[in-house]
Amino acid sequence: MPATAAMNAPSFDVEAIRRDFPILNRPLETGRHRKGTLPVFLDSGASAQKPQCVIDREREVQEQYYANAYRGVYYFGARIDEELERSRQGVQQLLGARSVSEIVFTSGTTMSINLVARAWGGKFLQPGDEVLITDMEHHANIVPWQIICRERGATLKWLPLTDDLRLDMNRLDEFLTDRTKLVSVTGMSNMLGTINPVDELARRAHEVGARILVDAAQTAPHGLIDVQSSEIDLLAFSGHKLFGPSGIGVLYGREELLREMDPFLGGGHMISRVYKDRSEWADPPAKFEAGTIPIVQAIALGTAVEYVQNIGFEGLRAHEAGLLQYAHQQLATIDGLQIYGPSPEHKGAICSFTIDGVSAEDLANLLDIRGVFVRHGHHCTMPLHDLLGISASVRASFAVYNTHAEVDRLVDALNFALTKLR
Amino acid sequence: MPALTLESMTIDELIEEFDDLGDWADQCEVLIDMGRDDLTPMEPSLKSESNRVHGCQSNVWMVALLNEAGRVELTADSDAMIVRGLLCIILMAFSNRTPQEILDTDITSIFDRLGLDRHLSAARKNGLVGMVKRVRAFAAEAAC
Repeated sequence: MPATAAMNAPSFDVEAIRRDFPILNRPLETGRHRKGTLPVFLDSGASAQKPQCVIDREREVQEQYYANAYRGVYYFGARIDEELERSRQGVQQLLGARSVSEIVFTSGTTMSINLVARAWGGKFLQPGDEVLITDMEHHANIVPWQIICRERGATLKWLPLTDDLRLDMNRLDEFLTDRTKLVSVTGMSNMLGTINPVDELARRAHEVGARILVDAAQTAPHGLIDVQSSEIDLLAFSGHKLFGPSGIGVLYGREELLREMDPFLGGGHMISRVYKDRSEWADPPAKFEAGTIPIVQAIALGTAVEYVQNIGFEGLRAHEAGLLQYAHQQLATIDGLQIYGPSPEHKGAICSFTIDGVSAEDLANLLDIRGVFVRHGHHCTMPLHDLLGISASVRASFAVYNTHAEVDRLVDALNFALTKLR
Repeated sequence: MPALTLESMTIDELIEEFDDLGDWADQCEVLIDMGRDDLTPMEPSLKSESNRVHGCQSNVWMVALLNEAGRVELTADSDAMIVRGLLCIILMAFSNRTPQEILDTDITSIFDRLGLDRHLSAARKNGLVGMVKRVRAFAAEAAC
C-alpha cells in the first residue's frame, strides 16, 4: 500500500491531508464553473471524499487477488478472506468492540438499522412495548421503527429537544419507562450537528431494562465511539462517510444480542446446515451476512479506517472544532442568516442554516456556480424541519480536509448569491 | 393581473438569449431575474396543499383553469427564484393555449434547447417533470 502524507505526518497538517484526496486538487472543468476553480466540498456529512490509499486499495483487490469471500481455499479466495478479516479487526478496534464476531458487514447505516428492526424488533417487540427515538433522527432511524412498531403493535415515542436543540434529558423520565424496550438514537444529528450523550442514554436505558442502538453514521468519522466504555448494545455506521467506499457499512452488536436475534436475510454463508425442512444458523457475524457481501468495498473500508486512525482522532477533532468555530463566526456576519443547532462546543462540524427571504435551493444553485458544494433540502429529517417550522435548509458539513480558506469561500459565495437574490 | 408579465418574449427569443449567454452562471441569473420580475406572486390562499406540486425540493404551487375562450390559464409560484424562472418558461410555453396545443407541445425539447438538461440536477429535473405532468394532466382532462 502506498504511504500517504497523513500516515507520515507526525502532527496534524491539513495541507498534507488534502494532498491525499485527488478530487480536492482537480480544478473543475465543467463549462459551468470558472476555469481553474477548485471545488470546496462541504457535503461530507452526506458522503466523504476518498483518499488515494482507499482508491488504490479497491483497484489492488480487483487487479491482484479478487475472488468470492469465505468460499475458496485457493490463493485468491484465501487472500480475500484474510483481507476481509483484517478489515473487520480494524473496525473492531475503531469501535472498541470485544470481538470480531460482533462486527457485521452490511450495506450501510440504513441496512444496519433495518436489520435490527427486523431481526431484533421482529422477534422481541410485543404489543404495548415502546421504542424511544428522538426529535432529531434521520429518516433511517425513524421509518424502520414506524414499520416494525406497526407490525408488532408497539408504540414509537419521541424524546423532545431543548430550545437550543439538544436532547431534553430533563424529560427523559417521561419517555423512558419500563415499557421501553429499545432506545434508538443518533450519536450526532446530521442536520443540527448536536452531539448526544450516548453514555448517559445507555446507562439510563439499561436501568429500565431497555437496549440501546446508536446511529453512528455521523459520529464514526470523528472517532467518538467506544462501545464497551459507553455500554452500547448495538451501533450502525456507513463506510462512505468515513472516507471509505459506498455500499459497505457496519452493524456492531453485543455478541449475546446477535446470538439471540433471528437472521435478517436467508441465503448462502449465513447457515451452518441446511436440510429440506429447516436450516440452522451460522454463528455471528456470518449469520447476518447472507449472500456475497461487497468484498472490494469491505476490504477498502479497512484501509479507510487505518487512514483516519493514522491521522489521529485528536488532531482531526481539534481541526474540525476550529473550523466549526470559525464557520459560526463568519456565517454570523451574513444578514438574516440563522444557524440551527446548539453552540459549537455541543456540536460536530455541521452548519445547517437558512437566510431570511431566500430559498435553500437558490442558495445551493448559486453556491455551486462558485464551486462551493453544499446540500439543501430536508436532509432526510422532515420531522425535525417540521419542528423548526422550515421546509428546507442549506447544510455545510465539514471534514478533516476542509480549511479556514474554504469557510471564507463559502461566505464569499453566499454574499455573491445574496447580491443576485435580494 | 396576468400571471406572467413577460408578455413580449417568446420561447424562441429566450432560447436565442440563452445561446448568446452560453455560460450557466449568466443563464442562471436570467432565470433568477425572470423569477423575481416576471412571475406575478400567487394569492396566498391558492398556496394550498392540493395546489402543491410534489416531487420538488422547494415549495411549488400551480393552478390551472379553463377560461371561457377554451384556453388554459396557469398561475404558479415557488419560494425559490430559479424555480420561479423555470415556471416562467412553463407559463410561456403552456399558458393561454388550448388543451390540445398543450398536449402537442414538446416541452422536453424546449428544455433541451435551453440547455437546462445539462445544468439542472436530477432532483430539480424530476420536480420540473412534476410541474409539466400537472399541466398535461389538466389539459388531457379538459381536451376530453
